[in-house]
Amino acid sequence: MRYLTDRKRAIGKGASGTGTEHHWFMQVSAVGLAFMIPVWVYIFGSALGKGHADVVATFARPFPAILTGLVVFVGMRHFAKGAQMMIEDYARGSVKKGLIMLAISISYAVTAVAFYALAKIAL
Amino acid sequence: MVQLTLPKNSKVRTGKTWPKPEGKNVRKFQIYRWNPDDGENPRVDTYFIDMDKCGPMVLDALIKIKNEIDPTLTFRRSCREGICGSCAMNIDGINTLACIYGLDEIKGDVRIYPLPHMPVIKDLIPDLTHFYAQHASIMPWLETKTNRPAKEWRQSIDDRKKLDGLYECVMCASCSTSCPSYWWNGDKYLGPAALLHAYRWIIDSRDEATGERLDNLEDPFKLYRCHTIMNCAKTCPKGLNPAKAIAEIKKMMLERAI
Repeated sequence: MRYLTDRKRAIGKGASGTGTEHHWFMQVSAVGLAFMIPVWVYIFGSALGKGHADVVATFARPFPAILTGLVVFVGMRHFAKGAQMMIEDYARGSVKKGLIMLAISISYAVTAVAFYALAKIAL
Repeated sequence: MVQLTLPKNSKVRTGKTWPKPEGKNVRKFQIYRWNPDDGENPRVDTYFIDMDKCGPMVLDALIKIKNEIDPTLTFRRSCREGICGSCAMNIDGINTLACIYGLDEIKGDVRIYPLPHMPVIKDLIPDLTHFYAQHASIMPWLETKTNRPAKEWRQSIDDRKKLDGLYECVMCASCSTSCPSYWWNGDKYLGPAALLHAYRWIIDSRDEATGERLDNLEDPFKLYRCHTIMNCAKTCPKGLNPAKAIAEIKKMMLERAI
């Protein structure tokens, strides 16, 4: 039992002074992805079903390679921040912290693997 | 973690069915009951009312039940005209005011529960202590630093118009208790009602604490836990749009940061 006043409970630890940057990043990345993903899907679709050499040739061209890199990087940052918000909504305590770390780690791991594959194909 | 099932002592059971009166126009009411003093689980009691002898609003039916059938039924009510916000409850799955919600708007049986996801004090009365404390935390009053004018703080007609759609909020808590974000994070997220009031004071041309007010909301939970679900706007019995007010606060946050 903690004898806290209602007002103290409502105020909690006060405002953290952050949040707007996260909000702005999610808006910008969402708009960016809305433009990039259809183009990337078109490129990916055009390469689908072709032989290994043709697919490698497609993604070795500068525009598809750079676009793929951007989609992966921006997409994974968007995923990490979005997943963090979702986890904060539903999880508590150390489970919350663990899941946030996992989501961020997955986003960086996927980005690293994609960049490695792109470098191997395009360079 | 989020709980997907109710604890054993919170599971709602079937309660008492009260005798059915004579008459052709009889309607069935299923009402949530819980008494903290008897140590039993919540239950849903069934009442029948002859609608030819009852007023048109849900609150009329509740008062009739309390006066003529079951005096132990407990609920808040006061003005009976949608001004005080006391009789907010979940009627037919919608958070609204019992006094201005017509029985003719409900098809089939009338199901009445307390506002969702709030601690229940008794029957249809939720504990709104934290909700009111959150409202107080946004400083719902005029903050000024300039010396008081001789007569009054003046405001142009256009600036006054900006408060329309905001000042009408009666703090019934229908919006906040319909918001999933408030359900999961009500301890930290201020909720639509408090944020609507916060915006009402932020855009008041006479107020001189705009920066402080925005500073107090700059937080991933207090403000940014709003995911634009829009349940608040859909349920508001006064037809207000708290989601729009929250979006306006977010815009102001961006304007001062970028």
